[in-house]
Amino acid sequence: MKIHVHTRVNGEATEFLCAADRSLLEVLRDELALTGTKEGCSTGDCGACSVMLDGRLVCACLVLAPEAEGRSIETIEGVAKGADIHVLQRKFLEHAALQCGICTPGFIIAAKALLERNPDPSEEETRYWLAGNLCRCTGYDKIIHAVLDAAADLRGETR
Amino acid sequence: MEEIRYEAPTTLSRASELLREPGARVLAGGTDLIVQMRTGRFAPSLFVDVKRIPELASIRLDPAKLWLGAAVPAALVVENADIARIFPGLVEAVDLIGSTQIQGRASVGGNVCNASPAADTVPALIAIGAVCAIAGPGGERNVPVESFNTAPGKNALRPGELLAGFDIPRPAARTADAYLRFIPRTEMDIAVVGAGVSVTLDANGVCTHARVALGAVAPTAILVPDAAAALIGSRGEDAALARAAAAASAASRPIADKRGTVEYRRKISGVLTKRAAAAAFERARGARSA
Amino acid sequence: MSEKPRGERKFKYVGTRPIRHDGLDKVTGRAQFGADYALPGMLWGKVLRSPHAHARIRGIDVSAALALDGVKAVITGRDFPDVASEAAEGGEGANDFGDLAMNVMAREKALYHGHAVAAVAATTARIAEEACKRIVVDYEVLKPVLSLDEALAPDAPILHEDARATGHEPLPKGPSNVASRRELGRGDLAKGFADADVIVERDFRTPMVHQGYIEPHAVLARTGQDGRSVVWCCTQGPFMVRAFSAKVLGLSTDMIKVIPTEIGGGFGGKTTVYGEPLAILLSRKAGRPVKLVMSREEVFRATGPTSGTHIRVKMGATRDGKLTAAEATLYYEAGAFKGSPVNAAMMTVFAPYKLANVRIEGWDIVLNKPKVAAYRAPGAPMAALVVETVMDELAEKLGLDPIDLRLENAVHEGVQATYGPKFRAIGFVETLRAAKSHPHYKAPLGKNQGRGVACGFWFNAGMSSSANVSINEDGSAVVVTGNPDIGGSRASLALMAAEELGIPVENVRPVVADTEAIGYTDLTGGSRVTFATGMAVIEAARDVIKQLRARAAQIWSVELGSVAWEDGHALLLTEAPGVHEPLSLAQLAGRAAQTGGPIVGRAALNARGAGPGFATHICDVEVDRETGAVTVLRYTAVQDAGKAIHPSYVEGQMQGGVAQGIGWALNEEYVFDKNGAMENAGFLDYRMPVASDLPMIDTVIVEVPNPMHPYGVRGVGETPIVPPLAAVANAVQHAAGVKLAELPISPPRLLEAIDRAS
Repeated sequence: MKIHVHTRVNGEATEFLCAADRSLLEVLRDELALTGTKEGCSTGDCGACSVMLDGRLVCACLVLAPEAEGRSIETIEGVAKGADIHVLQRKFLEHAALQCGICTPGFIIAAKALLERNPDPSEEETRYWLAGNLCRCTGYDKIIHAVLDAAADLRGETR
Repeated sequence: MEEIRYEAPTTLSRASELLREPGARVLAGGTDLIVQMRTGRFAPSLFVDVKRIPELASIRLDPAKLWLGAAVPAALVVENADIARIFPGLVEAVDLIGSTQIQGRASVGGNVCNASPAADTVPALIAIGAVCAIAGPGGERNVPVESFNTAPGKNALRPGELLAGFDIPRPAARTADAYLRFIPRTEMDIAVVGAGVSVTLDANGVCTHARVALGAVAPTAILVPDAAAALIGSRGEDAALARAAAAASAASRPIADKRGTVEYRRKISGVLTKRAAAAAFERARGARSA
Repeated sequence: MSEKPRGERKFKYVGTRPIRHDGLDKVTGRAQFGADYALPGMLWGKVLRSPHAHARIRGIDVSAALALDGVKAVITGRDFPDVASEAAEGGEGANDFGDLAMNVMAREKALYHGHAVAAVAATTARIAEEACKRIVVDYEVLKPVLSLDEALAPDAPILHEDARATGHEPLPKGPSNVASRRELGRGDLAKGFADADVIVERDFRTPMVHQGYIEPHAVLARTGQDGRSVVWCCTQGPFMVRAFSAKVLGLSTDMIKVIPTEIGGGFGGKTTVYGEPLAILLSRKAGRPVKLVMSREEVFRATGPTSGTHIRVKMGATRDGKLTAAEATLYYEAGAFKGSPVNAAMMTVFAPYKLANVRIEGWDIVLNKPKVAAYRAPGAPMAALVVETVMDELAEKLGLDPIDLRLENAVHEGVQATYGPKFRAIGFVETLRAAKSHPHYKAPLGKNQGRGVACGFWFNAGMSSSANVSINEDGSAVVVTGNPDIGGSRASLALMAAEELGIPVENVRPVVADTEAIGYTDLTGGSRVTFATGMAVIEAARDVIKQLRARAAQIWSVELGSVAWEDGHALLLTEAPGVHEPLSLAQLAGRAAQTGGPIVGRAALNARGAGPGFATHICDVEVDRETGAVTVLRYTAVQDAGKAIHPSYVEGQMQGGVAQGIGWALNEEYVFDKNGAMENAGFLDYRMPVASDLPMIDTVIVEVPNPMHPYGVRGVGETPIVPPLAAVANAVQHAAGVKLAELPISPPRLLEAIDRAS
């Protein structure tokens, strides 16, 4: 018997049917066609599936789809507001903080969660916050620069 | 193929009822359960999501004790100013459970019930004398954390029981705890060794009470009374720390696996005990009445 | 391409840092990677894999799987044609089609834990998984061979009874696990060593490691009524997927169209096929599209990591630092089928140094592990590890600065490489000098800290590329090529087209085309795209310019020779100024139909003259002497890029290669249990560097133009992973006062070395 789940995704009321053991990641990608959230490992070790669940940064692969009932989910597709991209997205582009781009949605969600909690993180704080997001292409250097630059921008400073 | 079911009870008694089913599994953060299900270790028939039960989702500070609900996610524990002030070692341990994303979900209760020999919270909870509050068909019962895990992957819960949370006694004045773990990278690894230490000092800075616990070096986390004894009566000087370290190494019964060899884990047991004890002493000297 | 590079040329667009054209889609989650595609009626594929590292397959019973509701097709080795042994062109490294076919789906033998033995397509992934569990395979379990030593032991179990070792004698007679043994050398080795005042010999073992791309392999295949298949997959080479799949399935290449999706990392690991032929065959059998996505565990167990190795290097030098002789013996794991990168390793091992007396021996060994695939400068990092630690030890024994020792012996233009050809202009010396004068090199070090220097080389490839440049009616341009973009190459190709055409790079749209929309193009790899495909783009753009000049000449009724192209405009070269105003590209494009029709430029070439890339790296570490933990404090990578088309992406390649090398040095390794199953097949215990493990990685781009490319480009992607293994090892050795012999330098290993030394 499939479970009928009512939830909010990127501010919109959303519903879907799922088996109890489907993950939120599978449902986002395969039922809701929101493929911006990526699967890298399915064991919570790479962060490519990072989403916000009721304002908390989590791995969607480790949330069961039925748990979304009555909750609020934010994915990468909800970060830009129409044509206005978020400053983090802009900084990632300016700093060339992506090469293949598969980890980028997860990093942007995670970095956004960081800056919402801590508007002035140090390099070390940023690196530890993002330790759950694996990148194999960049060596993290330009990603950290992009995040710190975005933080400065949001504080009204230049870096 | 059997269909798995999902329930989200809002009371302890309803949860206990559901858990009587042989294939029922408690779902808190899911960061162990879902992984183990995907790798085939379990095939649950029913998920019992306990996050909507008020007792399990709450943190409460009383004059005598701290109540930490079993399903509270790590992130909330780490962000709690009271816990950080009174039990910095516990917060250190909880903060080490995986990445920020894992912290958003993983619960201390789940970490303990999963009964991995390397669980980060267990030595820290043992060091501060935490007690497991269990709810079930036979009523409530309490089990000290050091007795709760019985073997790798096995805990003391009986059918229909669930861990409601932890009662942690408020420490005496000039008490502080510390937790350290060793991992090969800076983050994201399972502990190769974990060491939790709590010390209480008198007005002269002499240790009157201590607890030392080690993780990942035995089938379950272990209390090391000999290491504690080496600290009691000392001011945390190098010789005492070295004696505590030696006792910790001697008490460890590690296995060799892909994360470390026997000799290595023995050595690191000593090194981490020494460093955690030093940190606990330093904190206790600076700690006001908790 | 015969034009000489414009050495002192002032570039207008090349060398700038525009936002990449695919960037917005990537930061908003719109870009579609391999697993992001779906089709109506799609089935999900799953693969059944051998639980044994070495076994004879006596029979497979799929009846219970077929009987499961929702299962639409099941395939095993029986469903594939026999494919004869034949060198596979179009991939990377040594490939054989016969081996490839057997790797894609086991036939008589399962040769590694995880080897595909059957595959299922069903209406849901769960049903497909359940169906796999119901397939009954009758295995005769055989003793596995799990190490180089075991493979060479006299009583070793043999993987391929019919195979015989090839190469240079002496070779084993009869069946063995030696796929090949080769020798390479020149001069008089004995005399060389006799002339040496100091001789250093080191012996290292390195583990099997994985490229670690974050995106698992994914493919969606649809077969039409006419039997022609369309395949969407994340690959480094769509033409390779077409050719290899056709070979494995016994089809002609025109029966398969491959559409490359965005690709989430490759590093060489996606230069061959795994699931693509399976998905195609399942879709043929089921009559419905089939999507097959690997799990992370499958990626580790059943794709192509790189070789574990055992390498010995011996080098001799005179008192004043001149190398007199060098000898290397290289044993490389090929995995279940022949073809490790040992030959490339033999060629790169001493390539940075001037050596008259050299002998190199390389062994390609099969064993019951996954068949290795290319991994960024395949074969070179392990060899460089040993050479560069020997050089470090030589410098120490001679009392010479490590960079000075290398400067004394560095190859330069005119030197004949140890692997054969004479070097044209190269930038090795320049990177050494830049490293030596970098502030990092003189920065003070604290207690338990150490500094390591190491150098690296990679040939870089040319090979075949096609390119079309079309001019739109509004004067913008579309550049069509066939290379999946794994590192920002699209942006670089657009920059080169913009430079030639003289229009802003924002008006150039770079497109990665499928196998029916562009001429044959070799895969993305070998650091070849900016060089070879760039060359093709430049040539196609010049073809466009010739046509534009011809249109202007027609409009002005003058000879073609009177029309020049400058800064995006056709100019009339004449004594009298103002006779005709220059015509912009947009103006000419607007009149294309009236002046002869659409303006489309093309190029198809086999690029020669790829410029070798050299690098010098500096690494500082701190060692915790009580735990053996290593912290990388500072890292500087200096590399000759020839000409950095888009400097941000050159820097990115350098930083990414360094990070992979650091992981390889410190923590990454395949751990096998005694039955040959990988114990750490996940990101938890296969430990790649996370953000908190690394410092900022400083980069210095040196530019010694490659005389064979119009802009001086050298490939940059692979060289960066060659020095870090030794840079880290040398730094740790200095910090801890130990001599290492094995990677990874994990804490238990280092602590043991520290305890032994004290």
